[in-house]
Amino acid sequence: MSKPAFDLVIVGVGGQGTLLASKILGRLALDAELGVKVSEVHGMSQRGGSVITHVRVGESVHAPLVALSGADYLVSFEALEAARAAAYLKPQGVLIVNTQRILPMPVISGAAHYPDDPISVPALSGHTVEAADALAMAMEAGSQKAVNLVLLGMLSRHLPFSDEAWKHAIAVSVPRATLATNIRAFEAGRNVTTTRNA
Amino acid sequence: MEKNHLIPVQAKTEQAEVRLLLGNEAVARGAWEAGVKVVSSYPGTPSTEITEAVAKYPEVNVQWAPNEKVATEVAFGAAMAGARAMTCMKHVGVNVAADPIFTAAYTGISGGLVICCADDPAMHSSQNEQDSRYYARAAHIPMLEPSDSQECKDFTKLAFQLSEELDTPIFVRLTTRISHARSVVALDERDEVGVKPYQKDPMKYVMMPGMARKRHLQVEKREDFLAEAANRMPINVVTLRDTAVGIVTSGVSYQYVRDALPDASTLKLGMVYPLPMKLIESFAAKVDKLIVIEELEGLIENDIKAAGIACEGKKFTGIQGELSVERVKAAVLGIPAPAPTADDLPARPPVLCPGCPHRGVFYEINRLGLRVMGDIGCYTLAALPPLSAMDACLCMGASIGMAGGAERAQGREFSKNSVAVLGDSTFIHSGVTALIDAVYNQESITVLILDNRITGMTGHQQNPASGKDIHGNPAPAVNLEKLCESCGVENVRVVDPFDLKATEKALREETARDGVSVIIARRPCVLLEKTTVPPYVIDGCKNCGACMKLSCPAIERQEDRVVINASLCIGCGMCAQVCPFNAIQEGVWAQ
Repeated sequence: MSKPAFDLVIVGVGGQGTLLASKILGRLALDAELGVKVSEVHGMSQRGGSVITHVRVGESVHAPLVALSGADYLVSFEALEAARAAAYLKPQGVLIVNTQRILPMPVISGAAHYPDDPISVPALSGHTVEAADALAMAMEAGSQKAVNLVLLGMLSRHLPFSDEAWKHAIAVSVPRATLATNIRAFEAGRNVTTTRNA
Repeated sequence: MEKNHLIPVQAKTEQAEVRLLLGNEAVARGAWEAGVKVVSSYPGTPSTEITEAVAKYPEVNVQWAPNEKVATEVAFGAAMAGARAMTCMKHVGVNVAADPIFTAAYTGISGGLVICCADDPAMHSSQNEQDSRYYARAAHIPMLEPSDSQECKDFTKLAFQLSEELDTPIFVRLTTRISHARSVVALDERDEVGVKPYQKDPMKYVMMPGMARKRHLQVEKREDFLAEAANRMPINVVTLRDTAVGIVTSGVSYQYVRDALPDASTLKLGMVYPLPMKLIESFAAKVDKLIVIEELEGLIENDIKAAGIACEGKKFTGIQGELSVERVKAAVLGIPAPAPTADDLPARPPVLCPGCPHRGVFYEINRLGLRVMGDIGCYTLAALPPLSAMDACLCMGASIGMAGGAERAQGREFSKNSVAVLGDSTFIHSGVTALIDAVYNQESITVLILDNRITGMTGHQQNPASGKDIHGNPAPAVNLEKLCESCGVENVRVVDPFDLKATEKALREETARDGVSVIIARRPCVLLEKTTVPPYVIDGCKNCGACMKLSCPAIERQEDRVVINASLCIGCGMCAQVCPFNAIQEGVWAQ
């Protein structure tokens, strides 16, 4: 059996916790003895700007970046950012998206309009879309910071890693005090039924 | 100079512990394994995490320096005194450090000296995309370029070894996608190389013309030797596949080439200066067409062409921005790169955080209609709309010199409507020398130091004015008021930037005053010290828009009014100060 290989892009807004999500995915691949590269964003773009992280997993991974039209999965922490990163998805790629809206400065100041339904932009049509209010689910699990674990839970249903493997990767990646909350958030995402197909 | 082991890259052992490390963390690990003793750096994206990661190893003496020049001099001093030493900086930091670097190439070292510089193609967090490989050839310092985290570790160790064998500093060059990409690294133990005894050797280390002329001969000899030895170095790797096209490449570009053209033959350069010209020549003879794939400038291509070997490269890739798998495919195969999403979406630029103490300062600057000679830091974000409060931003510490120059051009009155704005760390880095210049040359500028007690934009590093060392332990803090006074500034005052009236008064009075003034706007970065004040609320909004001029991400305009986003507001209260109808009040904590 050939080893799992997939390309994944995580997008969101600086400060939303996208780096923890990619850290857990990297750990998962490392534990499974797969090749992996994770490209992160540091510096200026973290101050509330758009952020993007590339995760590539496979037997032999070269480029640290996912190619346009190359992502099997796009995980978006925010609705507008999903639309912005749509070009990364493969034709059969799956979008996992938090429906939360975070208004960018041009919208806040009235200079631009936030799209009525960003997930319905033409670039996302034809893709499998799994949308959920991950913020509400995270808060129910105990912390608004656990949005990343809710989204990973939703993603986990598509990836060939066992429940134990996920929980080990989470346990070694999050602060001990937040583990129970994070596991609750992960399971909420893993069991969520409110999905929709575009 | 007979060298036998120009040096195999270490094979991974079966039992080795593996970790997923950033390229930067892997450089740190490599330096630690190589027995590095002293590391001195100034933070700068994308290089910062190297020094932060080394600081976690107790065997290493690690420090933040006021700037890259001092950092390099400290590292050089340690290497001259027998220890393995390293300094790390971003590409533009090499400009600041260039003075000691060029002459360290003449003196050589005793303990190994590694200068790690991280370039930023596409300018993710930089003001230019200069190619630091030019420094290697200009200073005649060898340069290694890793292409993943494992190589970051291995090449750093190799760099220390080469440095001592060849008696020269060695550059390790990274780029953003190497520094900030995690990949698997096999760990080894630390090699305790110790510190060599100090030896006075003025012919080697005192660079007066008579000595320097002799040392320059050594530089040339060393470089000729290494250029020849490079042809046999195991880190310069030829892999023959399909011989229709042969690609010469290095660093992250190699990774793009492997994905874009998996069948193409490659010559992967682990050392990008000096080049292994005989190896390149023999590789060229084995392939039908030679193409050079390199980011930014066409240095390798030009050197190969100058050696009389036919090749192409920049004709296809250009010199702008980052390469990618798509761009390599477009360059070599003529396959057009897919277009990014064309949907008309609102941009999401980075912004000053809610509660950022810089915000009120720029609000008052705008109200007074002042010109801003800006600088490098979080506050550069004030250049973006809607604040749009910056006229110029050039390099670290330039604000003060620019303000002085503008006054020379436009006359003394010009400074009554201008202010030079820079942060505490930037002021220490290279602003203070320009302040001395302004006093000495009797200018009339007003300098605003935004003292948020930290180096913010690079991710919260301590600095000589913050009162803590790299480990967070207490350290002597530069007293900025006294420093400015001792430079001869007669008017130095401190304001709390959350107090908008006081900030406005200070700006108004000091810009009106003849002579050099300094205003220190002091309040810690909001990310350092969270307020304990509940979010503010708006009741009775007249929709006048006054508070919108603060450009706060927590204040949102809705159809007929303005609301405060309670999940973002940290309770700084600046909006309450600017509301002409007193409609904004401190809220109460939700139960």
